[in-house]
Amino acid sequence: MNLPPYRLALKGITKSFPGVLANDAVDLALQAGEIHALLGENGAGKSTLVKILYGVLQADAGEILWHGSPVEIGSPAAARKLGIAMVFQHFSLFETLTVAENVWLGIDKTEPLAVVAGKVRETSERYGLPLDPNRHVHELSVGERQRIEIVRCLLQNPELLVMDEPTSVLTPQEADRLFETLRRLAAEGMTILYISHKLDEIRALCGKATILRGGKRVAEAVPAEESSRSLARLMIGQDFAEAERKPDEGRIGAKRLTVGGLTIASTSPFGTPLDKVSFEIRGGEILGMAGVAGNGQAELISALIGEEKVPVGMLALDGTDIGDKGPAERRSLGLAVVPEERQGRSAVPELTLAENALLTGHQRFSLVRHGLVQAADAARRAGEIISRFAVKANGPQAEARGLSGGNLQKFIIGREIGQAPGVFVASAPTWGVDAGAAAAIHQAIIDLAATGAAVLIISQDLDELMVMSDRICAICAGRVSPAIDRAEATTERIGLMMGGSFTVAGEAA
Amino acid sequence: MFLDTTGAIIAATIIAATPLLLAAIGELVTEKSGVLNLGVEGMMLVGAVAGFAVDSAGGGAFGGLIAAMLAGAAMAALFGFLTLFLLTNQVATGLALTMFGTGLSALAGQGFVGTTVPRLGKIDIPLLSQIPLLGPAFFSHDALVYGSVLITAAVWYFLYRTRGGLILRAMGESADVAHAIGYPVIGIRFAAVLFGGAMAGLGGAYLSLAYTPLWAENMTAGRGWVALALVVFATWRPWRAMLGAYIFGGVTIAQLHVQGMGVSIPPQLLSMLPYAATIVVLVIISRDATRVKLNAPAALGKPFLPTA
Repeated sequence: MNLPPYRLALKGITKSFPGVLANDAVDLALQAGEIHALLGENGAGKSTLVKILYGVLQADAGEILWHGSPVEIGSPAAARKLGIAMVFQHFSLFETLTVAENVWLGIDKTEPLAVVAGKVRETSERYGLPLDPNRHVHELSVGERQRIEIVRCLLQNPELLVMDEPTSVLTPQEADRLFETLRRLAAEGMTILYISHKLDEIRALCGKATILRGGKRVAEAVPAEESSRSLARLMIGQDFAEAERKPDEGRIGAKRLTVGGLTIASTSPFGTPLDKVSFEIRGGEILGMAGVAGNGQAELISALIGEEKVPVGMLALDGTDIGDKGPAERRSLGLAVVPEERQGRSAVPELTLAENALLTGHQRFSLVRHGLVQAADAARRAGEIISRFAVKANGPQAEARGLSGGNLQKFIIGREIGQAPGVFVASAPTWGVDAGAAAAIHQAIIDLAATGAAVLIISQDLDELMVMSDRICAICAGRVSPAIDRAEATTERIGLMMGGSFTVAGEAA
Repeated sequence: MFLDTTGAIIAATIIAATPLLLAAIGELVTEKSGVLNLGVEGMMLVGAVAGFAVDSAGGGAFGGLIAAMLAGAAMAALFGFLTLFLLTNQVATGLALTMFGTGLSALAGQGFVGTTVPRLGKIDIPLLSQIPLLGPAFFSHDALVYGSVLITAAVWYFLYRTRGGLILRAMGESADVAHAIGYPVIGIRFAAVLFGGAMAGLGGAYLSLAYTPLWAENMTAGRGWVALALVVFATWRPWRAMLGAYIFGGVTIAQLHVQGMGVSIPPQLLSMLPYAATIVVLVIISRDATRVKLNAPAALGKPFLPTA
């Protein structure tokens, strides 16, 4: 019996960067028509492996077999020529160009633009991925942008489609639709390599999973036969405690953060203005805000931080109007905000952890005296955060940019929570953070609420909101839905709210 | 008499605008690819002296223009090598290029000070140049005036109607994305930088071979900086850059006439007019902030280091 060779086989792929062995003799084998998951924590080597496969990086050692014969993949163009296409996690799209122009740039054939536009329309309709080729990318939702990437790949009739965390930006309904498309493509014989850390998805979608840990292939599993917990254990290599929220009726206190009719224009040409956003959070309460990125979350965060001042009467903290106060003043009143961007906004990449701790903590911990920085105190403070939140870092003098995303996020959350804020706001607190670290961050936020702080969590990750929140609302096109109790919240219901099906009190339906 | 004067003023306007237009169109292409080259002034000066040298050595006007483009491109190649391959700071390198070009052109031009070459010949377009007023104003110019308009049209067509132009604009939008898709970012940017240098050299040679056919040290007198400003105020759009160049040229000529008529306005104020008028007009037509952001190359001046 002669089995056909694997469509793609990686053998002993090894790649090292200065100080890190990113891939250590990794094997991977993919067959025609299968949906194969590549699983692993941050820093497990998934991205490196995929970049080698797509010709962005070159392996130090190891072999790539395509249909059984060894190949060199020297560039993305070479990968595409073989029939390998990739949908990146961070879209490679040009915002000021149209859909058709973007697709045109990404395919190697030189056909006229009009022909490409026609093919985009046809392919997108055939696979249920509606797209207007003449729209500019900056006008499109994240889900639509992803469709551009997928359609661009499909136009090249690939035999292998690599998808890097495709659902992290989608609503549950959009994700379901994507899965239908992927299943159909697999049924037509396409091989799909699916990278994700959402274990439920992988169990529903993928026939096989290869699990990486610390750059090594540690297991191959059939996801349907595993539980999410057992898969997570394979990824992490040990058990971890999941965050838990106990219902406690007596805990909820007085109103701490009141947002009333917040209406502001966006400062970015690609942004979303806020339209009469109203909600309030009481002490001890966690409000979750679901929503697909780009629906006004960035504007809300910058209004809360105080980067954008707002008219009087729209924002109040413990009864004090803070609309015209700057970030430092709001911080001294007990507001702590963790925006989504870790490098460059929450933390200064070039500065050390001690210096980053000083930036938001110098008032509360008097780390600056008589105009002089108290370097030793700042280092001690950073050291406390590092040990309390188990941040993997080379001490307080490590540069922020040297930390992995998850570790830096633990440090930032720790830095803010350590100031015992009265109101705590975090956007995407565990985005791209592995399961163990995410659970630790969730627990820290829950513990903070238990001390009487009001907490707002803005996230696209519904599981996260379900675990933590007392009430859940959704933001869509700059409007915020009324909040519903967690007990009444289902994935479907929140998904509909994220899509804009809700009525704000005082508005006609 | 009136018709003759008006025709002459318009013709002088176009001539004054042409070196600005050439340099600005070149810089526009460079910036659309995401590279900010502040060395326009230096590249113009080197182009001016190279063109003059070749022409006066018997190479002819055409030979002079070719030499000027090569010299400008050579200066740009130096800039491109430093900024794109060695990743030096674009602003600092551009400023250095201007200083270098100023000094180099003065040194190379020492022997030419006080000499002249024949002015670039005029080409009367048959029939059209016979029209009163319009003829002398628009259709009786040297080849480079017509050429500059054709180059503007060609650049517009290239940028907005061809795949190559789309790729170039994409470089300026996000080099990382372009690299991820698989385009040779550095090579394409280097080509755009070379084109910018060649156009700046041509603009410089227009000064030394056609505008005032002689060589004088520092004869560009800040036109390279004006060209740079035109690109920004024109929000990186070729036809607007042309409009800006013509307004600048027109007000320059007009205020000279006003000064000649002995109006009692301090000449310093009148000399400021072209700058002020150009800025005001271009700011007014480009005041839509969203459109400006859409046209501005988002990656302008950002170094690109190809990594994973």
